[in-house]
Amino acid sequence: MFKTVRLLFPALAIGALLASGQAFAAGRSEPWQMWFQPAASPVMERIMDFHDILFVMEVSIVIFVLVIMAIIIVRFNAKSNPVPSKTTHNTFLEVVWTTVPILILMAIAVPSLKLLYYTDKTQDAEMTLKVIGNQWYWSYVYPDHGNLEFDSLIIPDDELKKGQPRLLSVDNEVVLPIKTNIRLLYTSNDVIHNWAIPSLGLKLDNTPGRTNETWVNINQEGNYYGMCSELCGVNHGFMPIHVRAVSKADFEAWTKTAKVKFATKEPDENRAIRVAGTKGFGED
Amino acid sequence: MTNGEAAAHDDHDHTPTGWRRWLYSTNHKDIGTMYIAISMIAAVVGGLMSLLFRLELQDPGIQYISDFQFYNVLVTGHGFIMVFFVVMPAMIGGFGNWFVPLMIGAPDMAFPRMNNISFWLLAGAFVLLLVAAFTQGGPGTGWTVYPPLSSIDYQPGAGVDLGILSLHLAGASSVLGAINLITTIINMRAPGLTMHRMPLFVWSILVTAFLLLLAIPVLAGALTMLLTDRNFGTTFFDVAGGGDPVLWQHLFWFFGHPEVYIIILPAFGIISQVVSTFSKKPVFGYLAMAYAMIAIGFVGFIVWAHHMYTSGLSVDARAYFVSATLVIAVPTGVKIFSWLATMWGGSLEFRTPMLFAFGFIWLFVMGGVTGVALANAGMDIAFHDTYFVVAHFHYVMAIAAVYAMFSGFYYWIGKMSGRQYPRFLAKLHFWTFFIGVNVLFLPQHFLGMAGMPRRIPDYPDAYAGWNYVSSIGAYFTLMSTVLFFYIVRKTLTSGEKVADNQWGEGATTLEWKVDSPAPFHTHEDPPDMNAKQAAE
Repeated sequence: MFKTVRLLFPALAIGALLASGQAFAAGRSEPWQMWFQPAASPVMERIMDFHDILFVMEVSIVIFVLVIMAIIIVRFNAKSNPVPSKTTHNTFLEVVWTTVPILILMAIAVPSLKLLYYTDKTQDAEMTLKVIGNQWYWSYVYPDHGNLEFDSLIIPDDELKKGQPRLLSVDNEVVLPIKTNIRLLYTSNDVIHNWAIPSLGLKLDNTPGRTNETWVNINQEGNYYGMCSELCGVNHGFMPIHVRAVSKADFEAWTKTAKVKFATKEPDENRAIRVAGTKGFGED
Repeated sequence: MTNGEAAAHDDHDHTPTGWRRWLYSTNHKDIGTMYIAISMIAAVVGGLMSLLFRLELQDPGIQYISDFQFYNVLVTGHGFIMVFFVVMPAMIGGFGNWFVPLMIGAPDMAFPRMNNISFWLLAGAFVLLLVAAFTQGGPGTGWTVYPPLSSIDYQPGAGVDLGILSLHLAGASSVLGAINLITTIINMRAPGLTMHRMPLFVWSILVTAFLLLLAIPVLAGALTMLLTDRNFGTTFFDVAGGGDPVLWQHLFWFFGHPEVYIIILPAFGIISQVVSTFSKKPVFGYLAMAYAMIAIGFVGFIVWAHHMYTSGLSVDARAYFVSATLVIAVPTGVKIFSWLATMWGGSLEFRTPMLFAFGFIWLFVMGGVTGVALANAGMDIAFHDTYFVVAHFHYVMAIAAVYAMFSGFYYWIGKMSGRQYPRFLAKLHFWTFFIGVNVLFLPQHFLGMAGMPRRIPDYPDAYAGWNYVSSIGAYFTLMSTVLFFYIVRKTLTSGEKVADNQWGEGATTLEWKVDSPAPFHTHEDPPDMNAKQAAE
């Protein structure tokens, strides 16, 4: 479908090539990107397939209206058409421009609802990850792996190592296995946050007092980045999300080392200092 | 319109002068003028706020705004001011006050004193909002004011409370205005001007007034609950006390979605008048146009949760809201096609109001198709809370409404002031504004698709390119707006006198039958519309 769009609208093809014509190294956006980040989960793949249908529809309607406006400007300006017609009704036309949109919308609604129900939940989860929002960092819990638990905080600009993207890198990234149905449970300890990763087709509110559920199945190994997507206070822009997807075997190995690494829960006062460090983020 | 000119027309009535004329005003034209003036003042404030954050977003990194609470206050203030103090006052209070009585042949509004209090409540609300922005950090919650972020624990400053009170006042002002307009339109039409012959602008204001009457009280209730949560220990939205933050979202959007139609319906009305006038043809499918607005108003009340697709609604609820939301595209499609059909076969004059009407249709179609995309809850996972949404609603609602306001301004300024706007400068204003806003908002679609969230003061470096372009568009739009204010000044001070009906045969509604500028009192004897074809 997308290929036909490129053929139909050469002007858009430039942007489309810029955006999706080349393979990206990581699950994050590229300079001057105009399109989605490449899909790395079946949900995002289906979102992009559905968007291809929508995009053809959108562009066709905009072009249709522009063409009519162009014809009107050329044919019906006061010079070329000094005497206006008196037509104010045309039942056939009015029926057509009511029913055709209804048909188009029905054609959209069917794949749309299919997609919606597909994105909702997984019935056969192989593991669960709890995502907990805090002002302004994320906590992760692996209930199926001995309640492994850790916090994930942004790395300030001046502490970035080479190759770490600014405002996306964290100290402890979430590690997840590929080709695994993962149930995601979302909640928050304070205000509403939203754990979102564009390339994985994930976006759901972390609401205090509620557990929201969704799922992900990551196609391939790699680093996938996201940002908090619900205004949550002064450092809303500074609580990034980094998922490192690894093979199942590597994941099992990681859980073992992580259990040791995060076994001794960080003393609360240390954590308070670290979190406080992000509070002054960006202030001079 | 100066005092002297107004008084010259006023030969049998005491006309107040000086500050009394304005402060005590019960005259729909003077109050309308004040509404337009406050809208222009608020537009400067709200526009400068957006300029500040566009300046910050021009380059990656933090350049100017290192206090992120202040950044969030700018975002919040921009939203509140543009919605409640720019678009609504200009459309409903300004053009509605000025032209509803003129178009239906009524001498004034039904409740002239209530009209006065409506305006001054709004002025008070605006002052209160500005005070709120500088009180103890101000409200850094976004215009949606979602708890718990807006609760006392996370926004301890009194700025939020003052903001809530400001919205209460603005809401009271709107409800009183709505009651006034409904009563006027239902009861004070000239003999023979039946509902089905009313000009579409009057129809649009009538539907809008009903939306205000039904939506604002819900906002008022929710705001009161938030206020008592913050100050008197109730827990409507606090989980710890058995409340629910998502309840706020339902209540807010039950108001908030009709609110966007409150903004855009009067725009529909203005565009219908302008398109008909400059095509020299009656509006195509008049009844369908009127009933499409009623349908949009009705459906607008049952789609609110499409703003909440990622809040954890059950999948069946989302499926319902997808289906209901898609339905809105049908009556809005009817409107677009009917405008095009009105122009088809016409004899078009490309005066400035008509240029802005063309611009409106372009913006509305652009924002409309992205709206259809956003209506799908599955698709919305990729778009929600990104700049794609920002681009969408600025196209379809915000800038489109501003286009209709400019269109209405150039269309009616001759009637309001008796003077002709500078024609060349007005066209220059249109073209610069058109380029400016498209350079400003088109790239935001790309940013959103690439995944850039809204309401962040800094962004990953990959988003630098399009943000730079967008900011350049903002500066261009600013220059165009400065030009507009110069045009206003030039029109009022040195514009040439215009004829009573400056647009000729296409302008058939009643306001063009009275003098220009419209005298202090008009239609003191209601015109007999039995013989005439008013709106068809």
